[in-house]
Amino acid sequence: MRPVYAVSGGVSKFTKARPDKTFPAIVKEAYDYALADLGLEHPQFFEIVDGTVCSYFSDHFARQLMAGIMVQDYLGLCPKPSHRVEGGGATGGICFQEGYKAIASGYMDVCLCYGFETMSHVNTWKGNEFIALASDVSFDYPVGGFYSGYYAMMVTRHMKEFGTTPEQMAYVSIKNHMNATFNPYAQKHMRLTVEDVRNAPMVAWPLTRLDICVMSDGAACTVLASEEGLAKLEKAAGKRLPRVRVTGIGRGTDAMRMADRPHQSFEQFLRYNLLPHEDTAESRAYYRDLWDRGFRYPGVHSFRAGRMASKEAYARAGIYDPLHELDFVELHDAYTSSEIQTYEDMGLCRYGEGGPFAASGKAFMPGVDYGLDLPEEPVCPVNPSGGLIACGHPVGATGLMQAVFAIWQLQGTIAKHFGNPTLQVPNARRGAIHSHAGTGTYVTVSILEREE
Amino acid sequence: MAEETKPELPTKMEETEEGTVLFNVPFPTGKDLSGLKEMAPIIIKQPYHIEYIHSYGQDSPFFAGLANGRFLVCREPQTGYTYANPRGHDMYTGRETEWVEIPAEGRVHAFTVCHFGSEEFLPECPFVLALIEFEGVDTLFLGRLLGVDPAEASVDWIGMKVKPRYRRLSKFKPTDVYFVPAE
Repeated sequence: MRPVYAVSGGVSKFTKARPDKTFPAIVKEAYDYALADLGLEHPQFFEIVDGTVCSYFSDHFARQLMAGIMVQDYLGLCPKPSHRVEGGGATGGICFQEGYKAIASGYMDVCLCYGFETMSHVNTWKGNEFIALASDVSFDYPVGGFYSGYYAMMVTRHMKEFGTTPEQMAYVSIKNHMNATFNPYAQKHMRLTVEDVRNAPMVAWPLTRLDICVMSDGAACTVLASEEGLAKLEKAAGKRLPRVRVTGIGRGTDAMRMADRPHQSFEQFLRYNLLPHEDTAESRAYYRDLWDRGFRYPGVHSFRAGRMASKEAYARAGIYDPLHELDFVELHDAYTSSEIQTYEDMGLCRYGEGGPFAASGKAFMPGVDYGLDLPEEPVCPVNPSGGLIACGHPVGATGLMQAVFAIWQLQGTIAKHFGNPTLQVPNARRGAIHSHAGTGTYVTVSILEREE
Repeated sequence: MAEETKPELPTKMEETEEGTVLFNVPFPTGKDLSGLKEMAPIIIKQPYHIEYIHSYGQDSPFFAGLANGRFLVCREPQTGYTYANPRGHDMYTGRETEWVEIPAEGRVHAFTVCHFGSEEFLPECPFVLALIEFEGVDTLFLGRLLGVDPAEASVDWIGMKVKPRYRRLSKFKPTDVYFVPAE
């Protein structure tokens, strides 16, 4: 496969509702930003770009089939090749990876990935219903279809198995909301305490309104290129562009119905799901003990798809110890609890250790005062941008938003794009983005690295 | 003696979505159209109502079972791997499963109390969702749990013994069975 570079990106400001523009015009904002950052005008880019991949989740929210071609048309990119991808919450992450494949395979030299969602066109309750249609409509939806309810069931099991507490989850909410106060693209800017999070209205016990991401209108896009594509873009722009390379992608899946998730044996877990750095006598003994106490994998507390996506991406990027070899992670924190579950899937800590890890301080940003007494120094900031919880979650745009923020981190240009340097991870060389669908049905992990 | 508190008087009118019928909006009368870039968006209502003809296909016997107060699970005949939800083919061997009846007495594996929800279920809030585990069955079943106080949610509910109840008037939905504490 050929090297793939992530050269530029743009994000519309995520917000509750954008009645001022139609969805193609919102994507145009992100597209124009990405081109301006390259120093190119649309006619120049049109001469170079080979094609596009489009990302949006819901035909119900859009109430417009083939919405993708309307964006392609509005951006002035017809008659170039394009297709739409869809995989629930992971749609944006899948879009990024399909763009990667187009470049890596030699099919294209320059590929534009764009995505959007306009969720404000129905009220929140109808929106919850639309989202719940991404659960089995024969067996899950009719029982009380509500995604926050599904995730809350995972939480109660996580609490029972590992002693995870709602207060530990609140640390995730505080971290992500506080980070977002320095990110002008974020939908929410809030300074919170544990009490604020726990005293917010209960949505699905034990998840409160401040444990859960909100619905948004927004768009994002990234430009990916091969070495040849990069040369063409640099020639047109008349300048050298920073090198950020996509060094590995991984993807995993799991059963649609959460109830159908298997309960694998210890031996199967070791064989299929253990990360290489966990393959030590100490970690084997730790997991043996979990199994002896009734732990089963993945059950409803863990995301096997996230673990498999991480394992594949790490292997391709040559990562052994993710916590110490990644400088930051932008992960799919639709819920504070799913951020904790994802720490474990991605191997930032072992299964069962996510709660204490959340409150340890290891995933916090250096140089930000969270108003918390954190026992440990930051090691690998998670969701330095504020994540879904604070940035918002316009589904088809979300995974691409993560890619844009990761590109800026690795270019060292956060100060330029955010208007202040607070969220720039010092000397960021390698980062991971993680996009997640359903109750853990599709998960993507992509690794981006700065090339000197 | 506790002081008597008056209920708070409402200070905000309820927002509703009927809108109103409007046949025209202001527009520049002259030839100067430059002000149109500043115009507020026109927002209209688009109704959307569909009824689907949904078939349960090979899963239909499960619903026929519930309608008759009987709980069916699916078992791979050779390995014995058993699914609490209907599933025509086993995910490991790829072979067809067979129907087996179980008493559907089990334990709470995980649960939540939904205080909000999708539009369709809002009138039922708060309600309890639970994943139920059955002895000898390898996967879980999602159902409603009744007979517990939604205000008293506790992780201690996990492990609670539950038994099934069946609606007398079937709706041919998975909620034709629901669960209540067995003790």
